[in-house]
Amino acid sequence: METVLAPLVGILVAASVYLMLARNLIRFLFGLVLLSNAANLTIFIAGGLTPAMPPLVPEGLARPAEVVANALPQALVLTAIVIGFGLLAFALVLVYRGYRVLGTLDSDAMRFAEPDEIAPDTSRSEGRVP
Amino acid sequence: MNSLILNAATRLLVALMLLFSVYMLLRGHNEPGGGFIGGLIAAIGFALYAMAHGTAAARRALRFDPAAISVVGLGIALLAGLSAALAGDALFTGQWWFAGAIDGEKGLPISTVLLFDIGVYLVVVGAALTIALALEDET
Amino acid sequence: MNDHGLAPGREIAGRGGGTISRGGGFGWLLAIPPAGLAVAFSAALPTVMGGGAVRLAYDWVPSLGVGLSFLIDGLSLTFALLISGIGVLVALYSSAYLAGHNHYARFSVYLLLFMVAMLGLVLADNVITLFIFWELTTVASYLLIGFDHASAKARRSALQALLLTGAGGLALLAGLILLGAAAGSFDLSTILASGDAVRAHQLYLPILILVLLGAFTKSAQVPFHFWLPNAMAAPTPVSAYLHSATMVKAGIYLLARMHPVLGGTDSWIWTLTIFGAFTAVAASVLALRQTDLKLALAYTTVMALGTLTMFLGAEATVAVAAAITFLIVHSLYKAALFLIIGNIDHATGTRDVARLGGLVRAMPVTALAAAAAALSMAGFPPFLGFIGKELKYEGALAIASEPLFVASAAVVANALMVAVAGIVALRPFYGTPSTTPKPPREVPMRMWISPVLLAGLGLTFGLAPSLIADALVQPAVTAILGRPETVKLALWHGFNLPLLLSVLTFVLGLTAYAVHPWLRRHLIAASGRLPMTADQVWDRLLDGVKSLAAMQTRTLQGGRLHRYLFVVFASFALAVGTALFATGAMRVPAGWPDLLLKHWAVTALIAAGAVMAAVASTRLTAICALGVVGVGVALLFVMFGAPDLAVTQLLVEILVVVLVAMVMLRLPGFEQGSTRRIRKLDALLGIAVGAVVTATLLAVVAAPFDRSITAYFETASVPEAFGRNIVNVILVDFRALDTFGEIAVVVVAALGAYALLAGTRRGKRP
Repeated sequence: METVLAPLVGILVAASVYLMLARNLIRFLFGLVLLSNAANLTIFIAGGLTPAMPPLVPEGLARPAEVVANALPQALVLTAIVIGFGLLAFALVLVYRGYRVLGTLDSDAMRFAEPDEIAPDTSRSEGRVP
Repeated sequence: MNSLILNAATRLLVALMLLFSVYMLLRGHNEPGGGFIGGLIAAIGFALYAMAHGTAAARRALRFDPAAISVVGLGIALLAGLSAALAGDALFTGQWWFAGAIDGEKGLPISTVLLFDIGVYLVVVGAALTIALALEDET
Repeated sequence: MNDHGLAPGREIAGRGGGTISRGGGFGWLLAIPPAGLAVAFSAALPTVMGGGAVRLAYDWVPSLGVGLSFLIDGLSLTFALLISGIGVLVALYSSAYLAGHNHYARFSVYLLLFMVAMLGLVLADNVITLFIFWELTTVASYLLIGFDHASAKARRSALQALLLTGAGGLALLAGLILLGAAAGSFDLSTILASGDAVRAHQLYLPILILVLLGAFTKSAQVPFHFWLPNAMAAPTPVSAYLHSATMVKAGIYLLARMHPVLGGTDSWIWTLTIFGAFTAVAASVLALRQTDLKLALAYTTVMALGTLTMFLGAEATVAVAAAITFLIVHSLYKAALFLIIGNIDHATGTRDVARLGGLVRAMPVTALAAAAAALSMAGFPPFLGFIGKELKYEGALAIASEPLFVASAAVVANALMVAVAGIVALRPFYGTPSTTPKPPREVPMRMWISPVLLAGLGLTFGLAPSLIADALVQPAVTAILGRPETVKLALWHGFNLPLLLSVLTFVLGLTAYAVHPWLRRHLIAASGRLPMTADQVWDRLLDGVKSLAAMQTRTLQGGRLHRYLFVVFASFALAVGTALFATGAMRVPAGWPDLLLKHWAVTALIAAGAVMAAVASTRLTAICALGVVGVGVALLFVMFGAPDLAVTQLLVEILVVVLVAMVMLRLPGFEQGSTRRIRKLDALLGIAVGAVVTATLLAVVAAPFDRSITAYFETASVPEAFGRNIVNVILVDFRALDTFGEIAVVVVAALGAYALLAGTRRGKRP
C-alpha cells in the first residue's frame, strides 16, 4: 500500500507547492491546507501501515490481544491536525486583515514592510479591487 | 441566516451536540474520543448556533468570552500537569484516585489525566470559537 | 556625561597626579583572587617537579564524552603560574592606574574573567573544555580591548580581535573534533598518549591545518598579526596582561600542548619554522618603524610569538627548552615594559618617543625598572634574557633540518630586539629632557612596585637560573616532548658558537640602535610604497563580506513572497534530492502492489481532489476539491485503524469549511496573478518537490521499522495509565507535556487572530 500512498503524498505536495507559489493569497491558503494533509499522511505512512484493528485494548485485558495499528504516529497526527487547523485559521485571518488594510490579495503588491526599489508593476495584479 | 427551520432545528441539534461532545470527552480514555474530538464537536455546535441566531446570541449562550475559555483551559491543563509535583512525581505524570473502590469493585476513577483532557477540550472550544465568532462579527 | 570611558590614564591624569595615591580605595582587593590561585598552584610544584601530574575530573556531558577535567603537568603549571602571578601584579597596578574610574568594577570583572578563562584553557584536560575556555578568552579580550567603548578605534580593534580569533577558534573546534575522532577520545591525556596513531591517521593533515589556524590567529602569526598591535586600544594594564601571560600565549600553549600529538612530522616542522621565522623578522622590522612606544612594544610581542612558534617546530630538547625559557623571559620583561610605558604615559601625557627624554631625574624608580627589563629583553648578562638568548642560539644550531635558517632568523630578530629595547626603555629616560604635555613626576608606589618586581625577577632568575630550570622549564619540556628530560640553565656556557652569536647580536643591535632614526625614516618610506597593509586588507575583506551579504539578501529576500517560497522549496528539493541520490537511499518499489478496490478508489479520489484544487478556476470548485481531499484522507485513516484521526479530520474539515466560507464572503477574486511562464516554472518546481517527497517516503518505508516505543505504550497503557485507548493515553498521559505545548500553540493562534480582527474593527470605525 505504501508504494501507492507515497506517490499520492507526492501529488498532494506538488499541488500544494503549485498553489502556494501563486500570487493570490487565497490560493496560498488552499495550498497550506493541502500541505497539512500531506504532512499528516507522511507521518501516518512512515509509522507503518497495518490494515488492522485500531489501537484499543479490549475490556479486561492488559494489552492488545492481536496486532493493532501503530498508536504513536496516530497521537502525533491527531495533534498535528488540530495545530494545522489553528495555523490555517490564523493564516485566514491574517490574509483577511491584510486585505482590509492593503486592499489587495496579491502578495507581490503587499510591499509595505519591504518596499521595492523599483515600483511594482501593478497592471498584472488582478487580485486588486477597485 | 434567517431560516425558520434552521432556527428551530439548531436549538435541539446544538443541545444534542454539546451532550455528545461531553460524552466523547469522557469516554476518550478508553474508546475513540477525547478532548480534541469533544472540543471540536462543541465548537461546531456553537458555530452552527451562531449562524442561525447570530453571534450575539451565541456569545450569550456561551456565557464566557471564548478567548477566556481557551486560556482557562490552558490553565487547567497546566494545573493538572503541575499537580503531579505534589505527589512527588515528574511533571505531567497522571495521578489516579479510585473513589469508593472496595475490593473487587474498581470504583469511580478520578484522575488528573481527565482534568488535563478537560483542559484540552476547553482550549479547542475556546480557540475555535474565538476565531469563528470574531470572523462572523465582520459583516 | 561622566559616563564615557576616555583613555583612563589621561582622564585621571587630568585631575592631577596627587589624587591617584589616595583614590585607590579598595581596588587592590582585585589582586587577591589571582594571589590565592598562585599560591594554590605553587602547591602542585613538588608533584610536578617529581615528574608527576595532578588530575581533577568532573563529568559534564558524559553522553558526548565531554568532561570538566583538569590536568596540572609541567607545561600547564608553568602557564598557570605565569597567568596567576602576573595577574596579581597587573591587578595591583590597575587598582592605581584606573583608580576612581567610573567602570572600575566592570573592568575588574572582565579582568578576572580573562584570567579564569586563560587558566581554564591551560589546565583543561579535555579538548572540548579547552575549546570552551579558548572562546572565553576571545570574549573576555573583546570586552577588555573595547573597554573604552566611547572610542570608535577601540570598538573597531575589539571587533577585529573578536572576528579574527573567533574565526580561528572555529577552525580549531573543527580540528579538535577531528582530532578526537582520530584519537578515539576527547580526553587530552588519552590524545597525548596516541600521538603515533594520530600522525598516521588519514585526517592528520586536515587536523594539523585547522589546529594551526586556531593557534596562528590567536598568537598573531603573519599574516594574522595585525589585530595584536590594534589591541593596544585596551587600557595599558590589560595590554600588559594580554601580551605577556594571556591571550596570545594561548596559541603558543596550544602548539606546545599538541607537540607530542601533531609534532615531529615534516609538515609540522616546516610550517612552524617558516611561519615563526618570517613573523619574528617581519615583526622586529615593523617594531623599529614605530614611534609610539606602546605600538613598538606590541610589535615586539609579535616577534616573540614568532620566535616561540619557530622553536616549538623543533624536536630537539634544547630547542624546546629555549622556547619555554624564552616564554618565561618574555612574560616577565613584556609585562614590566608595558606597565612602565603606562607610567610614562600617565606621568607625561605622551607615548611618542620623539617627545620624550631625560625622564630619569623625575622618575628614578620607573627608570631603574625600565633599564632592568630592557636589559633582559636585549639579552644582556646577568639577566634571564641572556640565558634565554644563549639557549635560543644553542637550540637553533641543534635543529637538524635547517640550523642556518633558524639561527640567522634568530640573530636578526634578536639584534633588532636590542635596538627596540633601547628605543623603548632607554631613550625616554636618558638624553636631554624635553618638554612633555605634563611635567613628569614619579608615579605612586602601587604603580612602580609591579614593574620593579617583574624586572627584579628577570635579574633573580638570571643569577639563579636553577630556580626555574628545575621547577618549571624541565617539567614543561618533559610534558611537551612526552619523555623525561633533564634541562640545566646557566649564565656561563664557555666560549662557544652561541656566545659568538650573542656578541654578533649585540654588535648588530647597538649599530641598529645608533642609526635607528635613519633606519626608521627609510622603513616608513618603504612601507609607504606597499600597496596596502594587512589591516587594510582586513577592511577590504569585511567590506566584501558586507556587500556579499547585501547582494544575497537582495537576491534571495527581495520582499516578494513568491521569491521566498520558490527559494525555500527549491533548496528543499535540491538538498533532500541530492542527499537521497548521493547516499543511495533511493528505493524503487518492486512489483505491483496488491490492493483492494477500495484502496484504489480512495487513492484516486484524493489525487483527483488535489489536482482539481490546483487547477480550479473558481473558488467554489477549489473548496469542494479540498473537501474531497480531506474526506479522502479521513477514509484512509479509517481503513488503517485510526478512528480517532478519522473523526478529528472530519470535524476539522467541517470547521475549515465554515471559516473559509465566512472569509470568502468578504474577499474578492481568485485569479492566479502570475504570468503563464512563471506558472509553468511553479508547476515544475511543485512536481520536483513532490517527486523528492515521494522518493523520501519510499526510502523511509523500505527501512526496517522499529516498533519498540509503540510496544512500550501498548503494554503500559492499561496497567500504568488505566486507559484502553492507547492514542488518547499517549496524548494526555505519556506525552502530556507535548500536548500541553500544542494546545498552547492553538491558544496563541486564536489570540493572535482575535487581535488581528480587533484591529480591523477599530480601523473600520475611526
